Amino acid sequence: MPNLKAGQKYIENINMITFYFIAFLSIFFSILVISAKNPVHSILYLILTFFTFTIHYILLNAQFLAIVNFIVYMGAILVLFLYTLMLINLNKESEPVKPFMVKMAAVFGGGILAVALVASLKITGTSDPVVLKDPGLGLVKNLGKVLFNEFLLPFEVSSVLLLSAMVGAVLLATKDTKETKAIN
Amino acid sequence: MELVDIGIKFALVAVIFGISLVVAMYSTYAERKIAAFFQDRVGPNRAGPFGMFQPLADGAKMFMKEEIIPTNATPFLFIVGPSLAILTACIGSAVIPWGQNLTVGDKVIPLQVTDINVGILYIFGVVSLGVYGVMIGGWASNNKYSLLGAIRAASQNISYEISMGLSIIALLLVTGTLSLGEIAQQQHGWHWNVIYQPVGFILFLVCAFAETNRTPFDLPECETELVGGYHTEYSSMKLGFYLFAEYINMFISSAVMATLYWGGYNYPGMDWVTAHVGPVIGPLIGTGVFFTKIFLFIFFFMWVRWTIPRFRYDQLMDLGWKILIPLAIANIVVTGVWITLAS
Amino acid sequence: MESLSNKKKQLTVKPLNFWERAYLPAIVHGLSITMSHFFKKPVTIAYPDEKREFSENFRGMHSLKRDENGKERCTACGLCALSCPAEAITMTAAERQKGEEHLYREEKYAAVYEINMLRCIFCGLCEEACPKEAIYLDGDIVPSDYLRKDFIYGKDKLVEAPLNQ
Repeated sequence: MPNLKAGQKYIENINMITFYFIAFLSIFFSILVISAKNPVHSILYLILTFFTFTIHYILLNAQFLAIVNFIVYMGAILVLFLYTLMLINLNKESEPVKPFMVKMAAVFGGGILAVALVASLKITGTSDPVVLKDPGLGLVKNLGKVLFNEFLLPFEVSSVLLLSAMVGAVLLATKDTKETKAIN
Repeated sequence: MELVDIGIKFALVAVIFGISLVVAMYSTYAERKIAAFFQDRVGPNRAGPFGMFQPLADGAKMFMKEEIIPTNATPFLFIVGPSLAILTACIGSAVIPWGQNLTVGDKVIPLQVTDINVGILYIFGVVSLGVYGVMIGGWASNNKYSLLGAIRAASQNISYEISMGLSIIALLLVTGTLSLGEIAQQQHGWHWNVIYQPVGFILFLVCAFAETNRTPFDLPECETELVGGYHTEYSSMKLGFYLFAEYINMFISSAVMATLYWGGYNYPGMDWVTAHVGPVIGPLIGTGVFFTKIFLFIFFFMWVRWTIPRFRYDQLMDLGWKILIPLAIANIVVTGVWITLAS
Repeated sequence: MESLSNKKKQLTVKPLNFWERAYLPAIVHGLSITMSHFFKKPVTIAYPDEKREFSENFRGMHSLKRDENGKERCTACGLCALSCPAEAITMTAAERQKGEEHLYREEKYAAVYEINMLRCIFCGLCEEACPKEAIYLDGDIVPSDYLRKDFIYGKDKLVEAPLNQ
C-alpha cells in the first residue's frame, strides 16, 4: 500500500507541475495576443490561449467542457475571427491615429482597473486550493443531469437568448425591402 | 506489469500510425488506379508490378523537389500550415476502436489507444481543428488564390460541421453514449446503427465529404478557378503533406463512419466465429472486417470523386444551410419521438 | 413568323420534380454509370510495348529507295524539295564518277540529302513529286530525341539498306 500512496503523491505532483506550466503558457500567450502587431498573429495566439484553457479543463477532469471549448471556441468561433481578419486588410496605414487625450484616458482607465483588481485580490487573500467535491461532475452524464434538473430554467433561458441573437443577426443581414423601395 | 502495458500502448500507437500512413500512401495509388478504371484506362503501371511502387516514387519525387518559400510569405506560418494539417489528420485515430479486446494468455489487450468517454466529440474537435492548417497555410502564402482557397475552406467546414454535429446528436439519442468503444460494442452482430439512422448516415456521409474537402466539395483547391487553391504556393514535401493529410483524413473519416454507423469490427455471426477460432484470431478477423469496411468507404470516396462534378459555391452553401441542417433537425425530432414511443 | 424549315422547336424549362430536386437518385444513377465502366476493358494501347497496325495509306518516316540492282534511284532533281510545303528537304547534287555505276542509277546523284523531321508534316507531296520513285513515306513513326540537330536525318538514316546484305 505505501507504494501506491507514493504513486498518488507523484501523480499529484505531476498535475501541479503541469498546471503551473500550462497556467504560465496561458498568461504568456494572452499577453502575446494583446501585444502582437499583426492582427492575424494575435488571433493565432488567442487560439493557443484557448488550447491551454482546454488543458486546464482536462486537468479539472471536466472532459465535456474541455472538448466543447475545443470545438466551439477553437474550432468555430476563432475560425470565424480569423476568417473576418483575413478579409479585412488591417494595415498600419489604415489604423486611425488616436488623439493624445484618448490615450491618456485609456491609461487612466486601465490604472483604475488595476487598482481595483489589486484591492480585491488583497481582500480575498490567497485562495484555498480548489478541491473538487465531486470529481465526476465534468463527465457528460453528470453534467447533463445537472443541467436538465437543477439548472433547467437558466439553461433554457440562455437558449432563448441565443435564439434572439440569431434572429437579430438575420434581421441585420436581410435587406430592408421597404426602404429600398422608398429610395427607388 | 505496468511497463508492459505502456509498451503495448506505444506499440499500438506506432502500428496505427504506420497503418494510417501506409493506407494514405496507397490511397494515392488506389485513387489513380481507380480513376483509370472508371475512365476505361490502365493507370500507373510502370513502377514495379502493376505500378505498385508508384507511391514510393512519388514520395521520393516530393522529397527531392526544390523547396520554395515565397519572398512575401510569413515563413514560420508557411511551415506551420502543412504541419498542422497533417498533425490534425493523424491524431484523430487515437479514439477509434480497431477491434475487440485481444486475449493473449491472461492479458487483455484493447485494440483502441484510448477510450475517452467523449470520443465522438474528440473526433469532432479534431476535425474542426483541421481547417486551421488550410487557413494558416493559405493566409501565410500571401497569394490571393491561396487566400480565397483558405476562406472557402473555412466557411465550408464551419457550415458542414453544424449539420455533422446535428446528425451525430440523432445518433447519440440512439446509442446513449459518447464513447466510440461502447458504440462499437453496442452494434454487436448485425445491430448496426445505419439500420436505425439511415438519414443520419447520409447526412454524416455528405458532411464527411465536405470536411475532407473531397469532390464534389473540393472548392478550397478548385483548380479551375483558384489555380491550386490554398496550396498554390507550396512545393516539395510541404505540398506533399497537404495532399497526404487529405488522404489520412479520408482514412480516418471512413473509420469513423464505419464505427458509428456500420458496426465497426462487428459482423453477423461473429460469436460463432470467435467460439470456433479462439479469442486471438476471432478479434483479429473482426479487425479485418473493420478494415474491409474502411476500404469500401475509401473506394466510395473515390467512386464519387470520379462521378460527380464539383458544386458551385452558392450551391454548396444552399445545400449545407437550407437542406442538410433542416433535414438533420427533422431527423433529431423524429428520432426523439421514436425513442420516446418505443420506450 | 413561320420558320422556313419548320424545324423550330419551342423549348421550355420544366420545373424539377421532387426526385430531381432531391438530387440523390441522380447521384445514384451517375454512380451506376461509372460503375459500369469500372469493369470494362481499358481501351488504352500501351504504345511502345504494343503497336496498333498501321493503315494502308499511313505516311511515316521517309526512305530513299534503291532499284532492283541495289543502286540509289535518287538523281537529286530537287522536285521533292520544291514540292515540300514545309521546306524540310535540302540536298546537294554531285556527278557520278567512274567506278560508281554500281552505286547510283543515273549520272547525277544526291551527295547530301537531308530531311528535317521537325519541319516535315508528312503530307506525302515529295512522294508524289518524285519522277524516279525514289522516295516513299513507308517507314515507322519518327522516334523522339533530345536535341534538335538529331532530327535532321541524313542519307545514313534515310537510304534503304542494300539488297544483298
